[in-house]
Amino acid sequence: MPTRDTFYGVMRRHGVTRRSFLKFCSLTAAGLGLGPEFAGRTANALETQPRTPVMWLHGLECTCCTESFIRSGHPLAGDVVLSMISLDYDDTLMAAAGHQAEELLEQTIEKYDGQYILACEGNPPLNEDGMYCIQGGKPYIEKLRHMADHCKAIIAWGSCASWGCVQAARPNPTRATPIHKVILDKPVVKVPGCPPIAEVMTGVLTYMIAFEELPELDRQGRPKMFYSQRLHDKCYRRPHFDAGQFVERFDDEGARKGYCLYKVGCKGPTTYNACSTVEWNGGLSWPVKSGHGCLGCAEDNFWDKGSFYSAVTNFGVMGGAEATADRIGGILAGAAAIGVAAHAAASVVSHVRKGGTEEEQRHG
Amino acid sequence: MAEIVTPNGFTLDDAGQRVVVDPICRIEGHLRIEVNVDDDNVIRNAVSTGNMWRGLEVILKGRDPRDAWAFTERICGVCTGVHALISCRAVEDALDIDIPANANSIRNLMMLAQYTQDHLVHFYHLHALDWVDVVSALNADPRATSELQQSISNWPKSSPGYFRDVQNRIRRFVESGQLGPFANAYWGSPAYRLPAEANLMAVTHYLEALDFQKEIVKIHTIFGGRNPHPNWLVGGMPCSLNVDETGAVGAVNMAWLNQVSDIIDASIAFVDQVYIPDLKAIASFYKDWTFGGGLSSKNVMAYGEFPAIPNDYTNDSWMLPNGAILEGDLGTVHDVDPRDPQQIQEFVTHSWYTYPEPDRGLHPWDGITEPRFELGPNAKGTKTNIEALDEAAKYSWLKAPRWRGNAMEVGPLARYLVAYARGKEEIVAQVDGLLSDLDLPIAALFSTLGRTAARGLECSWSAHRMRDVFDGMMANIKAGDVATANMEKWEPETWPADTKGVGFGEAPRGALGHWIHIRDTKLENYQAVVPTTWNASPRDPQGNIGAYEAALLGTPMADPAQPLEILRTIHSFDPCLACASHVMSPDGQELAVVRIR
Repeated sequence: MPTRDTFYGVMRRHGVTRRSFLKFCSLTAAGLGLGPEFAGRTANALETQPRTPVMWLHGLECTCCTESFIRSGHPLAGDVVLSMISLDYDDTLMAAAGHQAEELLEQTIEKYDGQYILACEGNPPLNEDGMYCIQGGKPYIEKLRHMADHCKAIIAWGSCASWGCVQAARPNPTRATPIHKVILDKPVVKVPGCPPIAEVMTGVLTYMIAFEELPELDRQGRPKMFYSQRLHDKCYRRPHFDAGQFVERFDDEGARKGYCLYKVGCKGPTTYNACSTVEWNGGLSWPVKSGHGCLGCAEDNFWDKGSFYSAVTNFGVMGGAEATADRIGGILAGAAAIGVAAHAAASVVSHVRKGGTEEEQRHG
Repeated sequence: MAEIVTPNGFTLDDAGQRVVVDPICRIEGHLRIEVNVDDDNVIRNAVSTGNMWRGLEVILKGRDPRDAWAFTERICGVCTGVHALISCRAVEDALDIDIPANANSIRNLMMLAQYTQDHLVHFYHLHALDWVDVVSALNADPRATSELQQSISNWPKSSPGYFRDVQNRIRRFVESGQLGPFANAYWGSPAYRLPAEANLMAVTHYLEALDFQKEIVKIHTIFGGRNPHPNWLVGGMPCSLNVDETGAVGAVNMAWLNQVSDIIDASIAFVDQVYIPDLKAIASFYKDWTFGGGLSSKNVMAYGEFPAIPNDYTNDSWMLPNGAILEGDLGTVHDVDPRDPQQIQEFVTHSWYTYPEPDRGLHPWDGITEPRFELGPNAKGTKTNIEALDEAAKYSWLKAPRWRGNAMEVGPLARYLVAYARGKEEIVAQVDGLLSDLDLPIAALFSTLGRTAARGLECSWSAHRMRDVFDGMMANIKAGDVATANMEKWEPETWPADTKGVGFGEAPRGALGHWIHIRDTKLENYQAVVPTTWNASPRDPQGNIGAYEAALLGTPMADPAQPLEILRTIHSFDPCLACASHVMSPDGQELAVVRIR
């Protein structure tokens, strides 16, 4: 077997100059929100480290995570797969099937025991002896445990692997179970979202390969670099919330002016994710920007927190961009619930008292 | 089993060597295929098994019907948005809600964008490697590849230097010894027939298409906020339009509409200058690989899709028509009515479910789902280590849907055959044009390649229809209509106490229906019958086999240890197994009975 390549080696042999390589490193560092001083560190890491094998498993899921991953613009998914990692198993993309596919699991364990990243999309069902998800005639949970035994670290892609997601919503008929509840002896990096943002996925993966370490995680196991700020606090519609300008009903005058979606159910005030900053599909838009409230899809058990169109009340107005989930869920909740409801009601009153909409004023 | 003939006319013989392929890769979800081959390595028996099951329908019970689109959207992230749209139609049908013209146009644009992107990704990333030998591309002459490219298309990326760069990149990749997703595959198999230059051209476009597909879905991002899993709304669409008033920057405005228009143009260019020429070039080398027809020459069905007239889900409105063809009689197209309890029924005789009357079919509005995981007496292995299944007993997590008792094929080929038989002009022109270019008779459509070709033609059709729909929407906006949602019946107080509805249409993979029952403003029940359940269906009590099983019969394998021919035909259906969810009890052990009245 040839020795493993460094990332830099691969790029050089693909005709990438050192100058372009350094430029890539500074863009990657910037993409990760790390600032220019990290570019040198990125370059050093990529020059000296071998291409890391990644084994991508699929349990119960809908494959939206894979679909999101291939939407990545920076870096391009094709560059990730051809040049940055060695994607040695992924049943959605791999050319082989059946025995030839499953042989690759053992080959990788043999060659890279303790060195590969296990990327998990979806989760294992535990009911019916695991046979609600069968792979190679056996329950998926067996494959997951076996591959986890020999990996370096686990990435839990998306809300299925991180929290359980839709198949684990009440009453969770198959007992679909997130990765960290069945694999207890390996580090698990949760990258939640249904799906996660493409550039967040490639950003986390690139960070782990470039620095050969796990990103700093919050108490719930999410990378702080992408999951430490509330959508609400970085939302470009936040000034409308503060001014008491709300969409009261879809497609009303407020909706056509981009007012705050809080009253039609937006979960931005209780959701930690990068949508309002990184945005989706190359930074083009995100749910709130296109007129629908946030579903809260990166949060644990978001399917069972009432209708997507009911306004949330358990969050802090004064939380600030980096108020922690713990704080929001704890001390502030009681007082804030009253505060927010009162704020919303008062703002409508003041809006009405001012004498109607801008249109009415302009034409009247 | 000795040789038997199924009621739908296929001969099965399980005497020969059993070959098991599990997992089938390059699909959505988990699928197992078992076949028996005779002494000449020809497939004589085929068994299709859905390997997964998530129970989304029971999870929906008791929920707010306005939330259902978000749950059902998560049935599938590959055909993202498709279930959400059908769910909205089902709720709107139950609550008698009409959506505005712009909402209909936006939904059509999003669904057309989904067809275009999904078909493109399927061809290059999930299917091409069944026909294209990546390693052979290393032997190509870049200059000859350039000449080949320029002879079939005016696509600008065609210089010898361009192909040399791509070839060098692949060479370094292969020489690194870390083959990633291309490891342990079937390179060099005699089943591959393309010259090296065609292989290099196709591999190059594999990479280009991977980059381009993410542009098409930006139509979802603009109207739905993101992709995968954009947002939808019962009653219309959540994105408001504002082209000239104060605050237009907070809505879908001219800047975004212009971007949609550009994406449409770029999509048409890519599909017509890259995908279609590649499809024809590749097909021309496999013209005598005529296997995989299965049910396509007998029974095909489509519910219809793309309503040209808002809120009209009939053939007066469908751009791709509704209809069923039986026994290959293109002269008679039957109307398909998803509401008629005699037409669509699901059977569970060979599925891991049971009914009170085990062999009776049930319409989805009367659906019962009671799981029963058990292997037949002739299965090999154990419950949690299955070596071979017993298809005489229960053997799949998929039910067996039937139309008037018939196993039906659904998907792009079925839609095209129905549209062709209905005399839809632009479809007839496309099909006749392709057959004439390749010098093939119409019977050539009834094959694996026919299925793959129909998907390509439909991808082009979809890209062009986006232009028509967009222009129509702009004319409507110009006429002063900017409404995108009808909120008259948004509040549950306005709903009837007890009501049923059906949403139906065509997902990229075929006929899709959601049947719902709303009682006291909550979902009393939810049933989805999805395309892959039709195509990957197990046998029914009469012994009729489904489309996958039928399509594999009679196919010779170059080497049974290398399942390339099986992958080719199964991939031509674009399997999507996550869609195959049905209901089960909360504790997963006791058998829940869920009825819809």
